[in-house]
Formats: sequence, structure tokens, C-alpha cells
Amino acid sequence: MATYDFIFDGLGLREWCDKDATAGPMSMADLLAQGSGKGADGGTDAGGGSSGVSLWELPFPSLDALNKACPAVARTREVTKGVESGFLDIKDSLKVVLDPVTQPLSWFLEGALYAFQTTPWFIMIPLLLAVVYFASKSFKLVGFVAFSIFFLAFIDHYNFAMQTLAIIFVCALLCVLLGVPIGIAMSRSDTLQRMTIPVLDMLQTLPPFVYLIPLIFLFSVTEPKLYGIAIILYAIVPVIRLTDLGIRLVDKEVIEAADAFGMTDRQKLYRVQIPLALPNIMAGVNQTIMMSLAMVVIASLVSAPGLGVLVLRGIRNLELGVGLIAGLGIVLLAVILDRVTKAALARVNAASAVQRNS
Amino acid sequence: MNGAAAMEKTVKLSIRNLYKIFGPDPRRALEQVRAGVDKPELWEKYRHVLGLQDINVDMKNGEITVIMGLSGSGKSTLIRHVNRLIEPTVGEIVLDGENIIEFGEARLRELRRKEMSMVFQHFALLPHKTVLDNAGTARSVRGEDRSSYEKDARGWLERVGLGGQEGQYPHQLSGGMQQRVGIARALTSNAPIMLMDEAFSALDPLIRTDMQDLLLELQTELTKTIVFISHDLDEALKLADHLVILKDGMVVQQGEPQEILLNPNDPYIVDFISDINRARVLRVRSVMDTGLDAAPAVAGTVDADATLESVIALSGGDTALSYAVKRNGTHVGYLDMKKLVRALVPTAAARDGMRNAKRRSPG
Ligand SMILES: Nc1ncnc2c1ncn2[C@@H]1O[C@H](COP(=O)(O)OP(=O)(O)OP(=O)(O)O)[C@@H](O)[C@H]1O
Ligand SMILES: [Mg+2]
Repeated sequence: MATYDFIFDGLGLREWCDKDATAGPMSMADLLAQGSGKGADGGTDAGGGSSGVSLWELPFPSLDALNKACPAVARTREVTKGVESGFLDIKDSLKVVLDPVTQPLSWFLEGALYAFQTTPWFIMIPLLLAVVYFASKSFKLVGFVAFSIFFLAFIDHYNFAMQTLAIIFVCALLCVLLGVPIGIAMSRSDTLQRMTIPVLDMLQTLPPFVYLIPLIFLFSVTEPKLYGIAIILYAIVPVIRLTDLGIRLVDKEVIEAADAFGMTDRQKLYRVQIPLALPNIMAGVNQTIMMSLAMVVIASLVSAPGLGVLVLRGIRNLELGVGLIAGLGIVLLAVILDRVTKAALARVNAASAVQRNS
Repeated sequence: MNGAAAMEKTVKLSIRNLYKIFGPDPRRALEQVRAGVDKPELWEKYRHVLGLQDINVDMKNGEITVIMGLSGSGKSTLIRHVNRLIEPTVGEIVLDGENIIEFGEARLRELRRKEMSMVFQHFALLPHKTVLDNAGTARSVRGEDRSSYEKDARGWLERVGLGGQEGQYPHQLSGGMQQRVGIARALTSNAPIMLMDEAFSALDPLIRTDMQDLLLELQTELTKTIVFISHDLDEALKLADHLVILKDGMVVQQGEPQEILLNPNDPYIVDFISDINRARVLRVRSVMDTGLDAAPAVAGTVDADATLESVIALSGGDTALSYAVKRNGTHVGYLDMKKLVRALVPTAAARDGMRNAKRRSPG
């Protein structure tokens, strides 16, 4: 029989094992074998193995292997099934709360997509260039951005690029609006910092695809907030981290001076901590924008419009040219966004060039 | 300075029975300290740092109190208790008859805004604000707008020698200039008490002497109550009306600086003062005789505040002479050159081997 029979025999559990031997779900091996189109037989040995195997091939006593010896033991698939049904059970109550809370996100995204696309190009492009100039005060950069946008428009990617920009605009803005206050709160409380950092670590290390799985169950794929949430969860981390870090790094003696002159907490925050943390906060905003861009491409899997859709088409239909040109568009957008925020950051740094010298 | 006028001044700020222990359970450690455990032992056995131990200091209105001691002796800890940047374990800080340790948050803030200003070792200016705005910090924190403090701020910046540089940013100034901004900031606040934690220690010696002169000059007009921290004896002797010497969180001696120089009560202090040029620091008034009935034959007249060095130069090194001592034209006593020379001999304890344990702090 199976490798681990001796355990259950030894413990005198044989009877319990065989009593309610039911078919149960497939083992993981069977599931994967089925997925890859092979026969279920091919995988069975991997799970249990006959008692004749050498010691070399001793399978790890996993749930599936033990199940082979004793059908009463649950299989791994039952664990994943359990997680799934557990999630489905709380899904409805979760939706009751999350749906209304996140509804504005859908509106923002729809509004921004509408505004970016319906504003005629001859208004939109100068407007964007004006923003670039305002942020960077550099004509060279304005020239580069103008060239890039005209190029994208010339090859008929203007609309897709605007969709992508609209989504990034909304998501990055919300990241900053939510992330900066969270970062400030973290900088003030060590307990909160200790509790938040593992969550941030998790958000940052989870592969982006993994976010999408529970979100797909929670929201319908037709709702913009589905990808909005995925992008925000992924991109908010740096702005939180760097706000917290920036405020904690503010010179202790300056904080002491602020206290000694009787500043209230609010005065301290607005007059000292935020201005002195601004270079770090801006570095966080830069990273947040770049991560939004990375995620907005992935989010086209769940119906986010924009250049990512073309990339996806390129992969699905093996349309090499479509995919590559869209990829080039994404690179251009990335360079533009990075250069503009870096230029703004450099200006902030110059304005407070500062502490290091004093 | 240096208590020339013997007029009695009122006590402005008084620190009473102050203890500060750093650690997780300072109250329990306090019992050990009261039972006689000293700083190293408290750390060895109980893992608490004894910051300050039974501090009693009276600071008089209009005087400069200098707190001095080696690194780690608790100077910064002590001055930060005065505006409660650090809370004491036990003890009182009495300002104009009120114990400020009992003040609630709002009153404490009021106190910090109106009664006290502080000058920091590393200046602690706001790097993103102009010199003018920095000077006006205290006033703008109180809610005044620029028009109401601008004139004062400009005036003080002018006074400390920064006229015309109001629009610059701190990083555009040298260290000495930045500290002038720090002083202008403290002065613009109009607070009667000024706390200065090693305010001149980060400056190079020439600028430092400059700043000391500036402070003394300002003090003759303003007569603020100043608490000044220093680890430099020359600086302390130059500025102090009242000198407090700290060691391991304890006051080892306090009083008029000349008095401490002539009668040090602890080997630690002897060690401290053994390096200085006594002739340059001691004054005629500290070694003259006031009680003589029969006037000796005098070789001339010297001022009570003259240094002994200047009298030696005057006498040409002749120890047989005596001088009449005058203050503001009135006769106050006689100075015997032999007594003068005796005052220059370092106190006995100085030869008791303390010199080889040379532990003066740098700077
Ligand atoms: N927050 C703290 N926690 C623990 N120990 C402290 C703390 N602050 C100060 N101490 C200790 O208190 C003692 C006095 O420190 P303080 O900073 O007052 O010294 P100082 O006389 O100002 O020295 P320096 O001349 O180096 O500035 C030192 O032994 C120091 O280690
Ligand atoms: Mg100190």
C-alpha cells in the first residue's frame, strides 16, 4: 500500500482511517495533471507511491501523501477549498462594507477617463505641457514631453495613452491623499509603525497578480474600482514609507527648538516636520507614480483600459508589432512621469538644500 | 559683570531637590539613589542612568548662571528641565514663586512662548525659512503676523551684526552667523529668561570670543536671566555671575566664580581649574584686604575689578609693594603683593595626584 501506512497501523488508527473513507476532492497532483492535460494516473505516484519505493524517493509526509495511507486525513485540496469557501462566506458581508466605501473610486476613475478622453487634443496637450513646465520649470523637459506626446498621437496611440494617464492620475493622487496621512500617523506612534510595516512589506512583496484574485471575487470585473484598488494597494507603499521615514529623520534639535518655542503639535507638523520631510515625501510620490504605471499595465487583465490592453492583445494574439509599439508607449510615459517628478523633487531639494550644510 | 554691584537681586528661577533617572522604572531606582547608590553602581546593578541627583540652584534675576561640567555630567539634562523638554523624576522648578512642574499642557506652552527662549548648540534654525522668519519664529508661533514682529526681528538682527542679510537662508550663512540668528531669535521673543545650551561650543575660538563679548554687551542693557551651559572653564569664568559645577549629575560646588577658584572644595574642581591662568582670571577684589585699620604705604591705586595679571605688570614683579584699591573712585581696601602671589599658588589639593588623571573635556 502507501508509504506511510506503518504510521497509522503503528498507532492503531487503521480502523478510524478506513471508516469514513470517502472520495473527497482531487489531490494537488491530480489537479495539476488534469490542468496540463495528462491522465490522472500519471500523477498518482507522486502523491503516494507504492510501498516498494526506495528510501531516495520517500515522499514528504504531506497531506496528500498521508491521505494515501489513511483516507480519513484531509487532502491539501480540501485546505484550498476551505480557504475558498471561507472567503466566499465572508464575501457578502465584506461587500456590504467595501462596496459603498470604494464606490467613489469608480466615479473618480470614470470621470477622469471621460475628462482625459473628451477634452480635445489641442487643449489637452498644451495643458499637460503647462503642468510639466509648472512642475519642472525646464523647457528642455517640456520639449521632450511635447515630442513624446506628438509621437504617440501621430501613431494613433494618443487615446490609449490618455486612458493610462487618467488612471495613473486618479490612483497616484489617491495614494498621496491616503498615504501621507498614514505615514504621518506612523511617524508619531511606534506601535502603529510596528503594526503597519508588516502589512506594507506584504503589499510590496506580493506579486501583483495575487492582489487581483480576491478582488475579482469581491467586485465585478466591469467596475473600474476593481483595478483602481489593485493599483492603489500596490502603489501606496512607498509614499507611506517615505513620509514616515522623512518625518522621523527630521533633525531632533530642530524639533526640540519647535517645542522650546511652544509650538503646538499642529504647528510643528505644518511648519517644521512636513516642510523638512518634503524631499523624502516627494521621492515617495515619484516611486508611487512609477508603481502605478507598472500596475496599470497588469490591471488591463481585469479590464483596465489604456496601453496595457494593446500589450495584452499583443501577447494573446501574437501580434508582435502591436505589443511592442504599445510597450514603447509605456516606456515613453514612464520616462516622462519619472523625469517630471524627479525635476519637481530636485526643485524641492534645492529649496531646502539646507540641513546637510548647516 | 562678575557681581560688581553687590546689590541683592531677587531669585527668579529656583531648582529644588531635582532628581532625574533614565530607565524603565525611575521611581524604584530613585529609592536606591536616596539610599546612597551612586551613578556607576546604579547602572551596574539596576540598569538605570542617574541623570541628575538632588539639584538645588537659585538663579537670580538679571544674572548669568553658568552650569559647567564634563561631558555626560548632566548639563543638557538640567537645562532641559527648566522648560520641561525633559520631565523630572521628582523635584520642583519654581519660577516667580510657581512650581512649573505642575503646569498643564496649555500653561506650559504659554510659558515656553512668553517666558523663555532657548539657543541651541547646533543652532536648530528652520532651514526652509529666511533669516528674518527664523528670527521671528517665537513671535509667529504665538500667532502674531509678520508685520507685528518684523521691526523687532530686523532690529535684533541688526544688533547682532546681520543687518542686510534678512532675506538669506540659514545654509547660506557661516556657523557664527547662524548662531547670531539663533540669538536674534531668542531676543526677538522678548522672553525674560534665556536658556543657552553650549551655544558657543560649535564655533571656532575667535568667533567664540566675539560671541561672548556680544552676549555680555547685550546683557548690560537687557539684564535677562540667563542660564548658560559650557564645558569650557575660561568661557564659564568670563560669563558667570553664578557658577554651578556638575559632576555625575551632582552639584559639587556653586557660587561666585572667584570664590570657587580660591576655595575649591573638591579634587574634581581642582583638576578643572589647575590648567587656567589664575593671574588672568582672579580679580583684585577677591584677594584684597578690607579690614586693615592702619593704612600701609601704598605704591599706587588699582581698580577692584582689575585682574591680578595687570597688577603684577604694574608692580614690575616687586612683591614688597602694596596698593590701594578703589571701586568707582571710592576706597574699598588694600592689596598686598605677597597675598597676591599666594593667591596664584594652586590650591594644595592640586598636588595630590589629581593632575595625572587629566580628564578635561575637549574644546
Ligand atoms: N534619554 C536618555 N536616556 C538615558 N540616558 C540619558 C538620556 N539623556 C541623557 N542621558 C544620560 O544622562 C547623562 C547626562 O547627559 P547630558 O546629555 O545631560 O550630559 P551633558 O553634560 O550635556 O554632556 P555633553 O557635554 O556631552 O553635552 C549621561 O550619562 C547620559 O548618558
Ligand atoms: Mg549637552
